[in-house]
Amino acid sequence: MAAGSTDPIHQFQIVKLVGDGSFAFTNSALYMGITVLATTAFLVLATSSRTLVPGRWQSLAELSYEFVGNTIRQTAGKDGLRFFPLVFSLFMFILVSNLIGLIPYTFTVASHIIVTFALAMTVILTVIIYGVAKHGAGFLKLFVPHGVPLYILPLVSAIEVISFISRPISLSVRLFANMLAGHITLKVFAGFVTMLSASLGAIGLAIGVLPLFLAVCITGLEFLVAFLQAYVFALLTCMYLNDALHPGH
Amino acid sequence: MAQGSDGNPGVPPQDGDGDLTTRLDRLGRELKRRTDAEATQAEGERNARSDYTGMSQALRLGSEFVAGVVAGAAVGWAFDYVLETKPWGLIVFLLLGFAAGVLNVMRSAGLAAQPGSKR
Repeated sequence: MAAGSTDPIHQFQIVKLVGDGSFAFTNSALYMGITVLATTAFLVLATSSRTLVPGRWQSLAELSYEFVGNTIRQTAGKDGLRFFPLVFSLFMFILVSNLIGLIPYTFTVASHIIVTFALAMTVILTVIIYGVAKHGAGFLKLFVPHGVPLYILPLVSAIEVISFISRPISLSVRLFANMLAGHITLKVFAGFVTMLSASLGAIGLAIGVLPLFLAVCITGLEFLVAFLQAYVFALLTCMYLNDALHPGH
Repeated sequence: MAQGSDGNPGVPPQDGDGDLTTRLDRLGRELKRRTDAEATQAEGERNARSDYTGMSQALRLGSEFVAGVVAGAAVGWAFDYVLETKPWGLIVFLLLGFAAGVLNVMRSAGLAAQPGSKR
């Protein structure tokens, strides 16, 4: 009975909306589309007036631009600004999809590891392709640290290579785990309220105030997580792009 | 801690003789006591706020370590699959993966240099 309404995993179910088979249009795809539309609409509408003294929406758009631009400049240097479109798109996509996922009855795109893994692979493939195209074999200097004796170099290089391979995994797992854990926690605490009142009646409803209060607090925390994870993803993207820009030094 | 060593707020100001040095001394002690109290309060607030930061750091470091081990295991498994050297590739690369995981954690904690940087 309680499985349908209070099951904390139920919210992550993929539902096929249009079509069938592997290429069906699912709720995940729908929310990705909504995210892209919302981001585009926000930026286009916010910058449509283009006044010298920005209004509320325009300053929000300028703030997001400045924020990402500064992050890139600080971690990857001025050269890194050529990757601004990539980093900004990733940041806005993750941030907006996380914020949309916080609205009740919506779907959180980043709660599926394949989505975050695809985003992480986009970053890593950009790093590899750009690094090899720009530096050729010099990109491999990334795996040869300075000042390591020759007899220990194969071991250290192997560890560096594995460390590099682990980057997309850690990048995707971090975002996925944060979103999944947050939403499950929220659902579990909210589920306590209904379960308590259903089983204990009026006393349960009185005790249920406590988990309700916690659920409200966790919702606030989730807004912080939504922003922080988007920022961390963008920051690490910049750090990895920095490796592609300057591998040997 | 610094408060306990010399800030002694319990001293009654019974000798109100108007001596400038005593009054300055008392003023200094009082000021120190107040700033210390404020610092302690700010510290407490920061600790309460950093509870979440600690959790996010734990998640970050944990995922870094696990990713290293998983990547090592994947490389080892692929090595075995291609060269048919079961189980040696998995054993060796899993151990290397542990090392890479520790390296990842130390890097993301800022205890080891980034791969590109010169020391």
